[in-house]
Order: sequence, then structure tokens, then C-alpha cells
Amino acid sequence: MHLDPLLLSRLQFVWVIALHILLPAFTVGLASYIAFAEGMSFFTGKQIYARISQFWIRIFSVAFGMGVVSGIVMPFQFGTNWSRFSDATANVISPLLAYEGLTAFFLEATFLGVLLFGRKLVPRWVHFVAALAVALGTLSSSFWILAANSWMQTPAGYEIVDGRFFPTDWWQVIFNPSFPYRLAHTVVAFYITTGFVVLGIGAWLVRSGRFIAEGRTIMSATLWVLLVLVPVQIGLGDLHGLNTLEYQPTKLAALEGRYDTASPAPLTLFGIPDDKDAVMRSEISIPWLGSLLLTHSWTGQIKGLKEWPADQRPPVGPPFYAFRIMVGVGMLMLALIIAGNIMRRGSAFVTSRSFLLACQWAGPLGFIAVLAGWVTTEVGRQPWTVFGLMRTANSVSPSLTGLDVLLSLIGYIVVYAIIFPGGFFVMRRIIRLGPQAQALDAPVQSGRPTLPITSLPPGHNQGITS
Amino acid sequence: MMPALLLDFVPIWTVILAVGIFLYVLLDGFDLGVGILYRFAPDTASRNLLMNSIAPVWDGNETWLILGGVGLLVAFPLAFAIIIPAVYFPVLIMLLSLVFRGVAFEFRFRDAAHRTFWDHGFFFGSVLATFAQGVVLGAFIQGFQVQGREFTGSSFDCFTLFSCLTGVALVFGYGLLGAGWLIMKTSGPLQQRVRGQGGWCLLGVVICIAAVSVWTPILDPDIAHRWLDWPNIVWFAPVPLMTILVALFIGRTLRSPSEGAPFLGAVALFLLSYLGIAISLWPMIVPHYYTLWQAASSPKTQAFLLVGTVFLLPTILLYTAWSYWVFRGKVRADMGYH
Repeated sequence: MHLDPLLLSRLQFVWVIALHILLPAFTVGLASYIAFAEGMSFFTGKQIYARISQFWIRIFSVAFGMGVVSGIVMPFQFGTNWSRFSDATANVISPLLAYEGLTAFFLEATFLGVLLFGRKLVPRWVHFVAALAVALGTLSSSFWILAANSWMQTPAGYEIVDGRFFPTDWWQVIFNPSFPYRLAHTVVAFYITTGFVVLGIGAWLVRSGRFIAEGRTIMSATLWVLLVLVPVQIGLGDLHGLNTLEYQPTKLAALEGRYDTASPAPLTLFGIPDDKDAVMRSEISIPWLGSLLLTHSWTGQIKGLKEWPADQRPPVGPPFYAFRIMVGVGMLMLALIIAGNIMRRGSAFVTSRSFLLACQWAGPLGFIAVLAGWVTTEVGRQPWTVFGLMRTANSVSPSLTGLDVLLSLIGYIVVYAIIFPGGFFVMRRIIRLGPQAQALDAPVQSGRPTLPITSLPPGHNQGITS
Repeated sequence: MMPALLLDFVPIWTVILAVGIFLYVLLDGFDLGVGILYRFAPDTASRNLLMNSIAPVWDGNETWLILGGVGLLVAFPLAFAIIIPAVYFPVLIMLLSLVFRGVAFEFRFRDAAHRTFWDHGFFFGSVLATFAQGVVLGAFIQGFQVQGREFTGSSFDCFTLFSCLTGVALVFGYGLLGAGWLIMKTSGPLQQRVRGQGGWCLLGVVICIAAVSVWTPILDPDIAHRWLDWPNIVWFAPVPLMTILVALFIGRTLRSPSEGAPFLGAVALFLLSYLGIAISLWPMIVPHYYTLWQAASSPKTQAFLLVGTVFLLPTILLYTAWSYWVFRGKVRADMGYH
């Protein structure tokens, strides 16, 4: 069998980024949630918020640690496997990656140390500020990395000299046409992902019977937040789609499953795409609706993939199916959130066993939607790394053999197959322990606190009892 | 054409990148070093102590690696595009090892049933990551096969006897830094033990530095001329002489009651070695092929990032220093994890 370094490099990138993205999808929202809980604890002084915050901080620290180590892998992928891409685009997008490091990673990593280990070493307001700093860091990280990603989707503010990209206008580079939509859609997706995990775990806490008060507080706040975010996200998704129609029509055609140009265009609900014959088989569709959703008119024209040469079309299958999964998950979420908020009457949302179970089962829905959305947008960008300008096939490192990449891919698969389930079980264990009071109010034995101090200089014990 | 800019940003970025990489080497160096010494801790209590001495700072330290990698990409993209694929496997080994040791911090405390597994993961991860970084260094000094703007050699070229020697050198070197850190953070019998381990690391690293110093000029006549031609030999002679003095100083302080001196000595030793490599290779960033100026990114790119870096880097250094201050003092045996 011939080992193709390009295909294997792409598979490797899929593997390392798809697993990595699960962690920011969770931690971006969780950091804000912790900052919220810390703020409530600081301003109201209620112990329940401190317990809840401490509970989530423990989970956060595991997820964040995994995010750091799987994230360090990412910039090196650009060098090891995509050196031609790096050489061609570095002048434009590398400062965005550097700004991500400078404004986000250090902020997160340093203040996380204080958040995790410093509760008794620093004044309470500093601990709250540390929580804010971590949350701010995660958002800043999203801003810069999505600016870089969006530039690859809808490049702007550049000129090409000798086959390489040079910046002409930084404002246009960063605020390229798809960036505002992608940023909003992704960050809200991350918040929703966290929201559903939090809701699910809150439901479990209630069901377990041991932490009903904590679980109820967690669920109630989260249901309010999601009641706003889920509908907002559906609206943002629509806007993002319209933006894609304008700037990346091939991607839009692929996720709509549209090979032939049509006006009016139907909405294809399901079908089996066949790229070779450029035809959708076993299609189920609703007439007019495609035009209505995308052009907001009954007869608007939607271009089909046949308008472009075959070597400039993305594969239809992955974006087509992934898009449907994403939208389907979104609808499920909306239904659950509306039901939950209606069930506030008589506190049914914490007494209905079936609703609590449904929340638990819905916990991972956000991750599915995030991955599906990522497949839609990234496979939909193919066959380009820089849309319309630089081909994926011309981006790979020229020195690599198929064997090189096969070996590294196996390495990543083996290590991640240990690390990710390991992290999952560790987090599950923390959840099972629940938001116990002991971590915060541990009795001070023999003049020394048992938790959670790593280094405590003498005479620096202020704040331990507060 | 680019408008001619009055300022040459290349020296500025060279300094920033050099400082960034050096800070990475120092900071992650001591916590990888703690991982290297981890295996030789006598019991679980000591292992907890070792782990906790770096738990609040390790991910901040590792972040400098991202800055180093991305900094190279921003300032000298051509060097990034040639060097990183050339050290494909050492980078892979480093990354996978860092993944293992990074999660070991949390997993070890949370997953008592597999504690031994994660203890091993932490030690071997630390050693392998360090060794791989040393191989990258050795391969870099030796240079790569280049055509045009691309590396054209094999992904296995970087593994040579010389690069393996630099790999071993770095394991001893980080071990020494880790010992210096632990001497500051621990006390009593454990500190005495670490002082002894520091002695072994010092011996190892001195032998390796001597071997590399003799081997490098033999490998590369340009480097031999750089150091040995008149009058360079007068200017550069203080570097090896100082290295000898610093090594003696570390040896003495490891046996004295001084707690901060071994770490400072180890830092000085790294600084001198770093200086030695810089003297050998200046002004090349891709040895034998491209200078810093030829590999540099466009002035617009360098200027754009510089504007922010001027404010952000000092801020980062300030709050990093603050976090070290918060966690200052000895680690204690009776504490748990957060």
C-alpha cells in the first residue's frame, strides 16, 4: 500500500485538533462560569457559591491541564507537517498566533496556578481577580485563534509576492469577512457546550440526593443562561451561513448538498451525496425552503458545485452530514431548554426524574455540535488551506515520507488514547465526590491547614479562616 | 515593493527570541529537572513534595515553549519552515512526552489506583522530553540539508552521535537546574539527598560540555576559526574559563549550607553554554544557509507584533514574578493537592 504523507498529515491534524478542541469547548465557558461563581461568592458571601466554585475549579484544572499539553502540540504541527503553509503564510497569520500566546496563554496559566493553589495565600478579591483573569485569557485566546482561522477561510488585507502572502492592512487581516460571525458563533457554542455539561452534572447532583441544594443552584442559573444563548446561537448560525454563501459559496453548496444551481432551490433534508457523478441520491427535500432560508426570498438562486471545476470543489459528504448533525443537535437543545424553563413551575425541573435524566444524557450534546460544526467549516474549506489561494496539497512539508507520518500518527493515537479516557475518568471521579465542604472549610489541625497549600511562608496565614 | 523602513527590527527580535528561549530553558528546565530527579526520591511523601514544588508554576513555564515556537515562526519563518520538519521526530517525542508528564500532575493525585503508572509517566516523560530537546539542539548546531526554501534531508538525519550527546548533556543540565530548585524548596534529609544528586548531575553536565566544546570545532571548521583565530581567541577565551569557574562554584555550594547559590550557579552555567552556541553560530539562524536577516519575516509583520510585545512581555514577566512570590518558601510535607 502506498503511504501518502499528505493524507496521513491531514489525518494526524484531524486527530490532534479534534481532540484538542473538546477541551477549549469546555474550558472557555467553564472559566467564565467559575468567575461568575467566584464573583457571587465574593459579593454575597454565600458559602454555597464558594463550594460550587471549588468543585468546578477541580474539574477545570484537569481539563485545562489537558488543554495545555494538547495545545502545545498544535503550533508545532504547522512546522512539522505543514512547513510550506508556514513559509507562505507566516508573515500574515503568525503574529495572530503570537498575540494569542502573549495575551492569553500566560494569563491563563499563571492565574490558574493562583486560582488552584492560592485560595489561602492571597486575599479573597485577588482570588476573584485570578478567576476573571483566567476567563479573560480563554476569551482572548478564542479571539486570536479564530482570527487566524477566519483569515484562512476568507483571506483579506494581504498581497501575494513570489507565492507568499504579505500583510497590507492588519485591520482587514484580523477583521476579515467571516471573523465576526465565526467568533460569535464559536464562543457562544463553547458557552453552550459548557452549559449543557454543567446542567447535566447539576442534574446528577440533584439525583444523587446528596447535593440537592448545590445541584439546584447550578441547574437554575444554567437554564436561564441557556434560554438566552441557544436561540441566539441559532440566529448567529443563520448569519454565519449567509456570510458563507457570500464568501465561500463552494462550502455552502457542499453543506446544502447542492450540485446543480437552482432558483428557487429546495431545502435538502437528507440524501446520499455522490461526488463522482455530482448527484444527490435518495434525496428528500422541501421545495422553496432552501431559497427562503439562505436568500430570505422565495426564488433566490443558490449556486451548485457544478459551477466550479471538479478540482475546486470540497467533498460533499462530510460537510453535508455534519451540518445536519449540528442543526439537529441545536433543535434538541432548544427543546430541552424550553421544557426546562417551563418546568420551573413547582420546581418540576428538579423533581422530575425523567427531566433530570434527559439533562444528564444531554450533557455531551455540545461537544457533538462543536465537532460537527468544525467538520462542516473545515472540510467545507477544502481543497484549500487558504481559501481559493493555497491548496492543501501544496501546504504539506516536502521532506516527509509516508512512513514518517504514519509513525507520528500512531504515536499521537496511542498517547491520546491513554490521556483522553484517563482525563475523562479522573473528571468523573471528581464529579462523584461532589461539591464537598471539606475542601474549603477544612478544620485547621495543629495550627496548619491540611489543604490546599503548597508553600506557605510563616506569618502569611491571613485569610485562611475568612 | 515594501517601503523602506528606517528601523531594522531583526536585532530586536533576535534579542526577544533569545531571551524567550532562554527563559523557557530555565523555567521548564528546572521543572523538567525535578521530573528527572523524581525517580530517585526515596518515598511517596518525597514524591508528593517534589511534585507540589512545581505544580503551581509548570504550565506557565511550559507556555514559554509555545512562545519560543511561535516566536520563531513570526520573526524568522523561513528558519521555522526548514528546521521544524528537519527535527520531525525529536519534536514528536518531545510533544508526546510533555503530554504524558503534563497530565501526570493531575492524574497522579486523582487516580490513586494508577499512581505508579503516572509516576513512571512523569519521570520518563520528563527525561524523554529533555533528551529530545537536546537532540534538536545538537541537530541545529550540526545544520541541515537545504535546497531553496526547504529542508530536503530525511527525517532521521537529526539522530547522530553528536545530537545524542547534546541530548544527554541537557538531561544532566536540567537535572542540575531541578536540583538547584529543590534545594531552595526543600529542607532536611531530602535536601541533603538532592544536593548529592546535584553533584552527579554537575559531573555529567561538565563532562558533556567539555566533549561538545571539543567536538564542535572538529565538526565544523568555520566554528573552529570563529573561536581559535587571532584575536577572537582572546575575546572568547573568558567563556570557557568562566564556565570552569562556575562549575567549581556550583560544586562548592552544593556542599555548603547555601540554598540559593547552586540554582544561580546552574543558571550561569546555562547562560555561558548558550553564549557559547551563539558565538559559534552567529549570525546564522539556519546554519550554513540563512542568516537572521535572510530568514526574517517582513518588517510589517515584525513591527505589528513588536507594538504589542513591548507592553505585553514586561506585563507577563511582572505577573509571573508575582505568582512565584505568592508560592515562595519551602514546600511542606503535610499538604495535599488543591
